[in-house]
Amino acid sequence: MSVAETKQVTVRVKRQASPKDSSRWEEFAIPWRPSLNVIICLREIAEKSVTREGRPTTPISYDSNCLEEVCGSCAMLINGKARMACSALVDQLEQPIRLEPLSKFPVVRDLTVDRQFMFNSLKRVKAWIPIDGTYNLGEGPRIAPEVQEKAYPLSRCITCGNCLEVCPQVNEHNNFMGAAIFSQVRLFNMHPTGAMHAKERIQAVMGRGGIEDCANAQNCVKACPKEIPLTESLAEINRQAWKQALFGWLLG
Amino acid sequence: MRQPKIIIVGGGLAGLMATIRVAEAGVPVDLFSIVPVKRSHSVCAQGGINAAKNQKGEGDTPQKHFDDTIYGGDFLANQPLVKRMCEAAPGIIDLLDRMGVMFNRTPEGLLDYRRFGGTLYHRTAFAGATTGQQLLYALDEQVRRHESEDRVTKREGWTFLSAVMDDAGVCRGICAMDLRSMEVKTFAADAVIFCTGGIGAIFGRSTNSVVCTGSAQSALFQQGVDYANGEFIQVHPTAIPGEDKLRLMSESARGEGGRVWVPRKPGDKRPGKSIPEAERFYFLEEWYPKYGNLVPRDIATRAIHRIVYQEKLGIDGQAAVYLDVTHLPREVLDRKLEGILEIYEKFLGVDPREQPMKVFPAMHYTMGGIWVNGEDQATNVPGIYAAGECEYQYHGANRLGANSLVSCIFGGGVAGPAAVKYARNLERGAESADSIFTREQKRQEEKNQALISQQGSENPITIWKELGEIMTEHVTVTRINKNLEASHSRIQDLLGRYKRINLSDRTHWSNQMLNFARELENMLVLARVITYGAFCRNESRGAHYKPEFPERDDANWLKTTRAKWVNNDIQLTYEPVDVSQIPPRPRRYDAAK
Repeated sequence: MSVAETKQVTVRVKRQASPKDSSRWEEFAIPWRPSLNVIICLREIAEKSVTREGRPTTPISYDSNCLEEVCGSCAMLINGKARMACSALVDQLEQPIRLEPLSKFPVVRDLTVDRQFMFNSLKRVKAWIPIDGTYNLGEGPRIAPEVQEKAYPLSRCITCGNCLEVCPQVNEHNNFMGAAIFSQVRLFNMHPTGAMHAKERIQAVMGRGGIEDCANAQNCVKACPKEIPLTESLAEINRQAWKQALFGWLLG
Repeated sequence: MRQPKIIIVGGGLAGLMATIRVAEAGVPVDLFSIVPVKRSHSVCAQGGINAAKNQKGEGDTPQKHFDDTIYGGDFLANQPLVKRMCEAAPGIIDLLDRMGVMFNRTPEGLLDYRRFGGTLYHRTAFAGATTGQQLLYALDEQVRRHESEDRVTKREGWTFLSAVMDDAGVCRGICAMDLRSMEVKTFAADAVIFCTGGIGAIFGRSTNSVVCTGSAQSALFQQGVDYANGEFIQVHPTAIPGEDKLRLMSESARGEGGRVWVPRKPGDKRPGKSIPEAERFYFLEEWYPKYGNLVPRDIATRAIHRIVYQEKLGIDGQAAVYLDVTHLPREVLDRKLEGILEIYEKFLGVDPREQPMKVFPAMHYTMGGIWVNGEDQATNVPGIYAAGECEYQYHGANRLGANSLVSCIFGGGVAGPAAVKYARNLERGAESADSIFTREQKRQEEKNQALISQQGSENPITIWKELGEIMTEHVTVTRINKNLEASHSRIQDLLGRYKRINLSDRTHWSNQMLNFARELENMLVLARVITYGAFCRNESRGAHYKPEFPERDDANWLKTTRAKWVNNDIQLTYEPVDVSQIPPRPRRYDAAK
């Protein structure tokens, strides 16, 4: 039966009270109306915290903020697919809608996960332009429009973690930093000032969890909500790393 | 010399800029944020950032930027600091450029500029239509660098509960809650800078992010920090209605040539695209020939309300008008506006390059906020500073588009060094004020415990929804005294019901409902400040419009509203506006000013 006929949306949520607890599923029924998204469903459950069977429960813990797919907070598994909850429109989803936390990050509670690993990785690869200070030093370097047009899409990465979620190389056996991070390295190495410190960043991606661990599954680029050319970034950083390794060896 | 310590609450543009400035001064910073700072609401700013760089050779100057800002704000802003901001703006753009912001470029490799509302100059630098995101990331990266060099300690996932005040009324630190463990803890500091952003959640649905509740501002207000011009709320003319959020469609769509219109025939059922040119009513262009679609937001919003509610010309009888960019070249749309067009397409499943967008006004920004002096972002409480949207002083009665990013960065940049200077001059630091910390922690823990254990009959989300409906209906575009009075008393009723709320989650781990309940009480109090301020101001100025008092009244109301919390109630006082630079003149956008 279609949703419009039943006028109900069924949502199944994988719940976990804390990192120490085991997980369980709960099912909820939400009155259908036009333009529902997954966030609205979760809010409805927060207001009326009763399962489909009528059993009182607690609201579901989840991360959200901007609700327009630009802050990166609300990534989760929706019907098994890593995506942002705010832009997951109910009418485009098969029912029952299954919600699970991202599996590659530690669960905090329910759908909330800890993505600190990504921010730490950004630190590790020195994902910034090392300016001398915020005092007035005049304009920045000129940049050709073609360069800006290549760099800008990379700078739209929202650190949602979807590319790590779908990557087979991100697992408990290694520390692969994930496509988002290498794409940031590419971004900073493209910038005229950033390029002056490209070597340090490449050095940082050559160790454990670095670019060598990419197995070229190419899932990342398909999972990116911002359509960032992640595989191009991986190839480019791989090239830069080989070049640096080779020169290092030649100059030994 | 004693090493001072600074706390910054809020990691949006203002908070990050303040953090960088304090770190550069060699003073340790603790940066508190509810969300990882990279996810702050500044990411939602779309269109751009203003600075009179005169990159198009139009003769633009910081003085003209200053004049547009004051005029656009209907002369309510204190002028000297606004002037300083406009003078500093070109340097701020240079700094962001050096930090690597991927601004759009001209063929010469220089920054490109576009037009925005309330000005006739190309003054707005932009990075596609996600400028706020790009700026926030640049500052986030600089802060991460300071963090990796141990000058900054981030405390993400903590929410501010209250300031720790000593018996002399000096702020000595903060009390905050870890949103995972729900642990309540105090942190000592010589000075605290608040950069806690907007208050959209008070209106239920708005263009703001979930964390923009105004809870911190309200908590401070209830501890004696004054709140100014609360009644000035900006309603953005063009947003996409949604049940969870009203998603902004940036003014830049109009800056790049987008046009607002409705069918001339009421209830016209034809699809927008098929309606011939002659049967379209470009009402902003007809009513405001000089500025056209780029009149300031308060003017455009009122015009849309007039079209929909008085002229009954909304699209197909609904509360919506067209924002049309279909006539613009695809290449321009993709290069300059992609970020927002993508939002429309994703959330509505319609391609705005092909079909005109349906939009309606939405609560967007608060011009009012924490009272700060006209000098260095200090509040009336020693040791407390404020910067960004949470304070009141740059935008008067109406903010011009693309001025918020510049005011955040400028204000944060001023607040940082000011707090450092204050902290260095303190005779007695936070470390000496002992028992006040345990006292404050206990007070906050008791509040939490009471909320968790009480067995009431009221649902906090239901109360919040009702608050949003009251505020949106009566305290936004058109304000009528009897409705404001009734709304104020209804909010007080909601505060009464709040005392009987029942939390559906009584756990002590990542309890989002407990945190929401804490925020809700503060939202209700701030809603009172806004509503009461609107009720008392009997004139129309900028975004504050009362049909009963349709004119600006400089003789009686060229004044800053200053709200104080006295004996658990709001007390309003009024102070003169500093108009020393530009004498007030009538504000009209149907002709050149």
